[in-house]
Amino acid sequence: MSWVTKTLSSTLGRKLIMALTGLFLILFLTGHVSGNLLLFKNDGGEAFNIYAKFMTTNPAVKLLSWLTYLSIIGHVIYSIILSRKNKSARPIGYSESKASTNSSAASRNMGVLGTVILLFIVVHMQSFWAQMHWGSIPTVTYGGEEYKDLYSIVYAAFQVEWMVALYVIAMIFLGVHLSHGFASAFQTLGLNHKKYTPAIEGLGKFYCIVIPALFASMPLYIYFTQS
Amino acid sequence: MKLTLKVWRQKNNSDKGGFVNYPLDGISKDMSFLEMLDVLNEELSEKGEDPVHFDHDCREGICGMCSLYINGKPHGPQQTTTCQLHMRSFSDGDTITIEPWRAAAFPVVKDLVVDRSSFDRIIQAGGYVSVNTGGVPDANEIPIPKIIADEAFDAATCIGCGACVAACKNASAMLFTSAKISQLAMLPQGQVERKNRAEKMIAQMDEEGFGACTNTGACAAECPKGISLTNIARMNREYFSAVLSSDNV
Ligand code: HEM
Ligand code: SF4
Ligand code: FES
Repeated sequence: MSWVTKTLSSTLGRKLIMALTGLFLILFLTGHVSGNLLLFKNDGGEAFNIYAKFMTTNPAVKLLSWLTYLSIIGHVIYSIILSRKNKSARPIGYSESKASTNSSAASRNMGVLGTVILLFIVVHMQSFWAQMHWGSIPTVTYGGEEYKDLYSIVYAAFQVEWMVALYVIAMIFLGVHLSHGFASAFQTLGLNHKKYTPAIEGLGKFYCIVIPALFASMPLYIYFTQS
Repeated sequence: MKLTLKVWRQKNNSDKGGFVNYPLDGISKDMSFLEMLDVLNEELSEKGEDPVHFDHDCREGICGMCSLYINGKPHGPQQTTTCQLHMRSFSDGDTITIEPWRAAAFPVVKDLVVDRSSFDRIIQAGGYVSVNTGGVPDANEIPIPKIIADEAFDAATCIGCGACVAACKNASAMLFTSAKISQLAMLPQGQVERKNRAEKMIAQMDEEGFGACTNTGACAAECPKGISLTNIARMNREYFSAVLSSDNV
């Protein structure tokens, strides 16, 4: 085995991949939520549709999207590899465990939280991303140029109660995943120091509440104000 | 005190094992947990039954031999070693569940005794300094700033008990291994073998079948010596920089 494959198949190498893909997804979510704030603009979706076209056609954005797909796939594959290794490290469990006295529930359930997020990602990509790429979407014209009216698809989706519920629940799971994951990734990278770790932990607490809350507010806003 | 002990009994490694309940009376609050087990074992011996096997040696909290997963926590309800746990931490009438450490890398030998030689093999893989150090050098001959000496010493207080593995949901040995890597990485004597040490000890840790780290922090919360998670971060830095710069292609 070369040193690269050896490193990436060690527990620490695998954790490095989890941390780097997780942090990239955190960056992605920040961008994604900022762009989607355009849904709150009361212009019938014009700004949002123009932004959506830019996001699907700009070459630099394309590269970033591919990195995002890779990160999701890598994060999920390595979470399965690590979870299986972790399971086999304790074939016989304890009959009694007071784990809640020594660790947070979020940290002990990253796999379950992640699985719900993955299910959400599949439904989410099927509803919007696949439609935008291959679906038959109505078009609108702004200033003589034709745009796919993704806004109308989003608008219709968020009239459906179970979709709104799914989005809100998934965002709660994402928030809990990140309540541990955000700071954990820095620890994995070896970045733990009394000078900046409190700041990272604070930022993590802020991020894991604000970003999922902003995402969840979009379906809620459309459902309650536009019908 | 009157107690009921629910103890894991297992004849040998291939036996399936199971819990056996033992009522116990006349236990003093001032007894240590191991003394309480001594009382049980005396009673069992008098009845001609096989005493409960458990590990112990110094009974002063320094050797790391005692183990036991007591009422859902390694070393019981206090953050200390089982030999330093006293019966005043329990109440009259309690049922106390006693299990062995559970990890693939710590196979049960008998009853509550597990084989922790996987830890020894991690140390053998690199937890040493192989330069000839000669006789005891004069104090302060090798200048080491006090802050660093203290931090290395803190890491060196790890007694290798394995409570970190027992506490971790992944049965990960990262806290132990990181303490052993840290203690030498910070001192001048440890520099020569620094990169090899990180690579080899971590490879051995993986080979023994310990799990990975999810940074839950359960290990540090249960460690009787208060070994901190900063050691795991340091180990990760040591490892990543070693694989990027060592000569092991
Ligand atoms: C956008 C979505 C996601 C983000 C931003 C994210 C972020 C993170 C971060 C930052 C970590 C911490 C890494 C570390 O401890 O070094 C993490 C851990 C983890 N994630 Fe995710 N994640 C996401 C989705 C998922 C999905 C879909 C799954 C699985 C199906 C998943 C499973 C896990 C697991 C199991 C861990 C713990 C790994 C371990 O240390 O044992 N995550 N995630
Ligand atoms: S790190 Fe703590 S819990 Fe783990 S072996 Fe050392 S002393 Fe025991
Ligand atoms: S018997 Fe030595 S530490 Fe408990």
